[in-house]
Amino acid sequence: MQSKLGLDFKRVEHARGVAGKIAAEVQGFVEGYTTVAVERTLCRLAGIDGVDESQVPLPNVVVDFIKERGVLGEGVLFHIGNAMVATGLSPQEIAEKLSAGQLDITRLPLAPADKINEAVMKIAAESIKIIKSRRERREDYLKTLGEGKRPYLYVIVATGNIYEDVIQAEAAARQGADIIAVIRTTGQSLLDYVPFGATTEGFGGTYATQENFRIMRSALDKTGEELGRYIRLCNYCSGLCMPEIAVMGAFEGLDVMLNDALYGILFRDINMQRTMVDQFFSRVINGFAGVIINTGEDNYLTTADAFEEAHTVLASDLINEQLALLAGLPQQQMGLGHAFEMDPDLENGFIYELAQAQMTREIFPDAPLKYMPPTKFMTGNIFKGHIQDALFNMVGIWTGQGIQLLGMPTEAIHTPFMSDRYLSIENAKYIFSNMRSIGDEMEFREGGIARVRAAEVLNKSIETLEKIEKEGLFSALEKGMFGDVKRPRNGGKGLDGVAPKGGNYMNPFINLMLGGK
Amino acid sequence: MSGGLYSMQSKDFDKTLDLTSVKPYGDTMNDGKIQLSFTLPVPAGDEAIEAAKQLIKKMGLDNPQVVFYKELMPGFTFFNCYGSCTHTVDYSTIYVPKVESGVMDMHETDIFIREQIGRKLVIVGASTGTDAHTVGIDAIMNMKGYAGHYGLERYEMIEAFNLGSQVPNDEFIARAIELKADALLVSQTVTQKDVHIKNLVELVELLEAEGLREKMILVCGGPRLSHELAKELGYDAGFGMNSYADDVASYIAQEYAKRASIK
Repeated sequence: MQSKLGLDFKRVEHARGVAGKIAAEVQGFVEGYTTVAVERTLCRLAGIDGVDESQVPLPNVVVDFIKERGVLGEGVLFHIGNAMVATGLSPQEIAEKLSAGQLDITRLPLAPADKINEAVMKIAAESIKIIKSRRERREDYLKTLGEGKRPYLYVIVATGNIYEDVIQAEAAARQGADIIAVIRTTGQSLLDYVPFGATTEGFGGTYATQENFRIMRSALDKTGEELGRYIRLCNYCSGLCMPEIAVMGAFEGLDVMLNDALYGILFRDINMQRTMVDQFFSRVINGFAGVIINTGEDNYLTTADAFEEAHTVLASDLINEQLALLAGLPQQQMGLGHAFEMDPDLENGFIYELAQAQMTREIFPDAPLKYMPPTKFMTGNIFKGHIQDALFNMVGIWTGQGIQLLGMPTEAIHTPFMSDRYLSIENAKYIFSNMRSIGDEMEFREGGIARVRAAEVLNKSIETLEKIEKEGLFSALEKGMFGDVKRPRNGGKGLDGVAPKGGNYMNPFINLMLGGK
Repeated sequence: MSGGLYSMQSKDFDKTLDLTSVKPYGDTMNDGKIQLSFTLPVPAGDEAIEAAKQLIKKMGLDNPQVVFYKELMPGFTFFNCYGSCTHTVDYSTIYVPKVESGVMDMHETDIFIREQIGRKLVIVGASTGTDAHTVGIDAIMNMKGYAGHYGLERYEMIEAFNLGSQVPNDEFIARAIELKADALLVSQTVTQKDVHIKNLVELVELLEAEGLREKMILVCGGPRLSHELAKELGYDAGFGMNSYADDVASYIAQEYAKRASIK
């Protein structure tokens, strides 16, 4: 590819190589451990669902049970497989009996390994089939209904009530939105369980539950059929339940998932060991389910300066790409994140934004890049905000971004009104249509501001990657190399849910899902 | 729909400013002009426009004009409107409680603390409860600050601890005790269903229960907070939009010195 910015692709390849080494080191750690969230995910993949009489999800009941008995490291599938052989019951029946105190799955006679394996593989095949058919359903819709042009218009709904969200989502889809993200209730990322059933009470968002996923997906199917355009649904595979949310999304046909351990570490203070292990399995599931993941680099620029720290975004994108590849996610499903967050008072800020967005586009040519709107410098002046969003939309269409998270003029005031969303979609549609081919028409002057800026960001990110490679990613995070935020390796939330894998540990889904579609 | 454009109609109202009866200003004193936009849950059409006009009249606006409308989805119509306000307010008698300390810049505050207090002030801040937003507390505390105003971490005479977001109130208090805080800063960004009020009140109650309330200067901030609301909730001060580290630091320094001199 010819670079419009005169990027040195040999340098880019070098950066990828360094990022690859960083990712490989993390992966070496990840493979030795499991977590309570991974094990709960395996419960769900074994068909265990529902809650006990105090609303505790059965996957939590089962996993807490083996954790309390000190055998978390042997994994749930080994115990459930063994219990299936011993009792002839299904995993759901086993979970119910265990919850009722009628069965201790850690104290059953041990069946031969091949019998356990056979039992586990049988239930694994069933859930693999469900996820596969969900994926095919989407592919079929995309063939028959089609989809909006890129950049996809991405808007959020956040009423707290899933039924109200459906109304808002339908309105947004009719106005032209391609992706509806249901913002989660504040604090859900720190829950070590996924609530059950349809929910109507949330703060600043709506609980992610499997039932809520189902309600919204089926509403969007209906609207999409009517509009003749497939509408994607997005939720959040982040926090303490990363892989669980991934598998619920895979079962219910979600299309896009925020899915970034680094984000959780830096901005939710989740323990880095825990979330790296969780992330790997969640990405394997997302990869297999055909889900586009979004990464959270844009957030670095809400705490650090967008001009000074642009290279940390690129460095992190490169690491995230390598970690995603290890989890079997193809480039086409990598919504790597970046953002339009420069101070509006910065002279030529637009040109710097343009240079960085074009640079990111050229470095990740196949990825549906996720481009975030201004938030940090949105002031409550809705009129100026609308113009800031317009500039952001211009950069989006000019540089061919994949997913445009539409900014709202009322950012920093309230979660969007129906009319805010309308104004933002109108803004984006106007600019995307009026400037559709501007990127093909314009070139960047040699030695000009944009080319110099792109080269500078690339060089600085290579320096950063080389430093991280020397340190290791974990200690780089301890030193605050991203977003100016420092996190200790053994601090944060969720570390007590991590265990080294034992001799009987089994998770056949990694192979089944990485082995192809 | 543009009846006001090139209007030759005489403006037969008093065009002198009277601070005892102030009304909005469009382009002529006392014209009362207001622009507003809203959505009604009704389908677009003549009845919708009439409904919007009637609503505007009920709000106390004369000459309602719907200049733009659009059905957002079946059954929901968005309007941009204008009208002339009939109400007035008496500006001359308004009293708003404010943080009454003067504002000093970083350098002046450092000198003030060094001379008046003689040791570093310990300030512990967090975005508490379920609030995941760090933008407010970061703007006040981080070294870099915001919009050219350096944050508390850069002050020589302030020991600033930013605990980040989603800090439970009890943990916040425990850290405050451990760090021997002179002042606490609470940031609240999410205001849906008044979650910030509940959370702010809970912190005051916990501090009172522990007998700590009077031992620390308690300050809250956020885009939807005011000094008046903060006082009502039992805080010493509140900082809303367009407040920076300078405002917060100079208040805390002066308040601390004032309390020390009374003791």
